[in-house]
Amino acid sequence: MKTTVYLRYELLRLLRNRRFFVFALGLPIALYFLIAGPSRHVTDLDDSGISAPQYFMVSLAAFGTMSGMLAAGGRIANERASGWTRQLRISPLSAAAYFRTKLATGYVMALLTMAVLYLCGLSLGVSMTARDWLEVTGLMLVALIPFAALGIVAGHLLNPDAVGPVIGGGSALLAFVGGTWFPISEHGFLHSLAQAMPSYWLVQASKVAVEGGAWGATGWLVVAAWSLALGALALQVYRRDSGRR
Amino acid sequence: MATGPAIEARGLVKTFRSANGPVEAVRGIDLEIDPGETVAILGPNGAGKSTTIDMLLGLARPDRGHVSLFGGSVAEAVALGRIGALLQTGQLIPDLSLREIVAMMAALYPSPMDVDEAIDLTGISRLAGRRTQKLSGGESQRARFAIALVSDPELIVLDEPTAGMDVEGRRAFWATVRELAARGKTVIFATHYLEEADAYADRAVLMARGRVVADGPTTGIKARVGARTIRATLARADRDRLARLPGVKTADVHGDTVILTCSDSDAAIRALLAAHGETRDIEITGAGLEDAFLELTSDGDPQPQAASR
Repeated sequence: MKTTVYLRYELLRLLRNRRFFVFALGLPIALYFLIAGPSRHVTDLDDSGISAPQYFMVSLAAFGTMSGMLAAGGRIANERASGWTRQLRISPLSAAAYFRTKLATGYVMALLTMAVLYLCGLSLGVSMTARDWLEVTGLMLVALIPFAALGIVAGHLLNPDAVGPVIGGGSALLAFVGGTWFPISEHGFLHSLAQAMPSYWLVQASKVAVEGGAWGATGWLVVAAWSLALGALALQVYRRDSGRR
Repeated sequence: MATGPAIEARGLVKTFRSANGPVEAVRGIDLEIDPGETVAILGPNGAGKSTTIDMLLGLARPDRGHVSLFGGSVAEAVALGRIGALLQTGQLIPDLSLREIVAMMAALYPSPMDVDEAIDLTGISRLAGRRTQKLSGGESQRARFAIALVSDPELIVLDEPTAGMDVEGRRAFWATVRELAARGKTVIFATHYLEEADAYADRAVLMARGRVVADGPTTGIKARVGARTIRATLARADRDRLARLPGVKTADVHGDTVILTCSDSDAAIRALLAAHGETRDIEITGAGLEDAFLELTSDGDPQPQAASR
């Protein structure tokens, strides 16, 4: 059984989907130049230790990848409603393989969004060592695990009418507390709340070169906890689905 | 590879919960279908046809009872690509061409049919390059049929396959089904079009209210109801005497015209000619499957013994 062929066609569908280009790529790019453009000479944004172009490059890549990952899961809702998953259940494609193709598409989308935002960042003078670029990328990929799981859960629990608004609103909110639009100041309620959110650590990946590193123990702990919790929930949803076989 | 009846279902029961309490969709169905048969599952809406098909395909789990396909489990038959199904509802995913979506599905099977051959079989080769979201209802139905065939299945299950097709589409569709049957495929289709069952199936399984009420060759179903009618011209006929002839259920006399409704038209015509050699203009018509169907499914009798009457 060649699930890779199935995945290849899934990716092809994605590349042909204009909405993907607008929301996962176009919107973050436009916002990046709108937000980071005017402050491209700010070298230490709100005492964060990094320049504005670098901070927003990662924060908007975080926004794009996060919503892309949720949307990939959200497509499950459409495929359930349209009867496509029923069609798949009478094919040899297992539920596990189906989830894997959704995860893989989400991650390919994420890498594409990140690459494009990196190019935008370079154009505004972001410069990092090769090792730092890789580390930012690696940390973001790890911090996307909870969103991948959340997308799958949402795709199963929501109907297609609800999935758009919930995912759109949800990612806007998560982006806000994560510090996508402005850095969260290091004190106060918002900071405590933000620290408990996976989106915050996604954005914090921008601080790889800052003294003390990007995440520290708290970051790893929060990301791991969300990954485990949402991963377990996604697994339960998957089991319920494959149990119907 | 496991062999045995293409389908063997024993004691299938399925109840759904609804706002108005439980709905017994299927109340005990036994079904055995041999390889190579073409079988129609006939019944009005709500008879339990789709629920039965869902259980045969493993899409619904029976509350009680058991299904095996080719002597093995449903999951096994699905994994080996031995079943192809055209489900009653379902849309294609967008942003792929017809050819691409069929190729995408073909790749999942161990020994698929050639993609172009599957598309050609369903008569939509000229649409191969068209995006799925641009296909009309009938066209995407045929595209889903191509997907059902691309695994080169031994058993083909079609749930209300021609709903939404125009006349031309229907004709082309059934021509394909005939060809598949001629290749030795087992075909089972649910329909509420009696003429489809009559014309394309060797055997019809009549369902009503979640049970099988009749099962046999399509001609046998008519015979079971036995509603054949003899019309003839006979002067001065006595209605009561005619009604007492063997094989006659009821007799009507209108002037010189007599109409006999028969349970056994062969016996009736012999007796009629023996008693009244002068009978002219004899016409014997079989009741349409339609009448048989109505008689069997709308008598309001929920007992399964209806089948053995």
